[in-house]
Amino acid sequence: MNKKEYSEYVKRKARKSPITKNCSFAFLIGGLICTLAHGLKNIYLSFDLDERSASSLVSVTLILITAVLTGIGVFDNIAKVAGAGTIVPITGFANAVSSAAIDNKSEGYVLGVGAKMFVIAGPVIVFGLLSGAIYGVIYYIVGVFL
Amino acid sequence: MTNGYIRLKNPPSILSSYSCVGSEEKKGPLGDRFDYYSDDNRFNKDTWEKSESEMQKIALFGAMQRAKINDTEIDILLAGDLLNQCVGSSFGLLSYDIPYVGLYGACSTCALGLALGSALYSGGIAEKIGAVTSSHYCSSERQFRFPLEYGGQRTPTSQWTVTGSGAFILGDGGNVKIPECVFGKSLDMGIKDINNMGAAMAPSAVQTIKSYFTETQHSPADFDMIITGDLGYEGSDILKDLLLKENIDIRSNHRDCGILIYDRDTQDKHSGGSGCGCSAAVISSHILKELNSGNLRDVLFIGTGALMNALTMCQGNSIPAISHLVRLTVKEV
Repeated sequence: MNKKEYSEYVKRKARKSPITKNCSFAFLIGGLICTLAHGLKNIYLSFDLDERSASSLVSVTLILITAVLTGIGVFDNIAKVAGAGTIVPITGFANAVSSAAIDNKSEGYVLGVGAKMFVIAGPVIVFGLLSGAIYGVIYYIVGVFL
Repeated sequence: MTNGYIRLKNPPSILSSYSCVGSEEKKGPLGDRFDYYSDDNRFNKDTWEKSESEMQKIALFGAMQRAKINDTEIDILLAGDLLNQCVGSSFGLLSYDIPYVGLYGACSTCALGLALGSALYSGGIAEKIGAVTSSHYCSSERQFRFPLEYGGQRTPTSQWTVTGSGAFILGDGGNVKIPECVFGKSLDMGIKDINNMGAAMAPSAVQTIKSYFTETQHSPADFDMIITGDLGYEGSDILKDLLLKENIDIRSNHRDCGILIYDRDTQDKHSGGSGCGCSAAVISSHILKELNSGNLRDVLFIGTGALMNALTMCQGNSIPAISHLVRLTVKEV
């Protein structure tokens, strides 16, 4: 059996992730998080906050909840079931930063927490900003011609 | 030596062994077979790396106590783990006054230590040898994968690094002997999936097992158990399948340390355990107890290791693997 045949054999044999189950849980828990977020927004709006401030405050609240749940070791158990349901909303980003910060505390606050807390979320920030900039340029050019 | 196979002229025996594990391993089917465990996996240390080192220290201390010897009587220590520069071993065994050799064979390290130690003994170079191996789930996750509290899903083919350590003292006068061993060749079959290490390692186990049966007159039926450490469910299936194609049938007596250590239904460890502490803990406790009690008489132990690191994975390289074999027997040889 050569390498190519072996790779194909392994692929055939490998147990597959339960996609239907994973997608259903991602949909349900992801949906639940979004519903919670919307509920929070309605509450904040009722305190006479404008739309923009209320939305920002919702993000901040979700980040806080995630960071606390990560800190007490609960978040990863939820995420194990939820999958993309917790990764896609801002909760995934908050968990990636806070879990890395906790993990690297043993190397100190500067070389550990400071240097390594963005080890997973870093690429998201870099490419998020980059695509934002590209989008801005396109938006500008389209605006000039229209 | 031909094809990596050595028949030891003067086979050593295992004088004593000692195992330490973490909480998940304690909860597993072999839980009551291990000698020492830590409830919180910390072993009273403040970093995971120190916890891993502490396991090695405890394991060697326990093995020396059982053999009723102190560190000045051991000629050489062969020790290894999964951490960068093998710091788990070098820091953990620092307090012992014994010449030290650090080994790296990934998850094959336990078998590598036993094979090298046996060769040193047989060659008349050392009379008493310590072989220690460890891995720790938390220190390995940090080094190879994600932060511990990171929320993600594992694929069904992924394996779980065992928190465990096993120490062995080799010398003269024990019940279980090591008469033969095979040093494997590294083999790369082009697998790039870090979440399917069983598939990366299985061909190398096939290669080593085939070498053994080619170089000896034995057949798989001569052994009570042919135990790999650690291919998990995925790799074990592949191993049996590939060996069958070579007309070597180990289906009835094959076991895998990664499969034995966790309960598949209740512990959610996907394809089973891995890490060099897995086979070290299982062989130093369960398998040696079975051999010493007479439930097993002749066992082939094949340690299987995946020789990649986090950088080679990021650079898109495939995963080479290596397997070393030692025969553990209570029969006269």
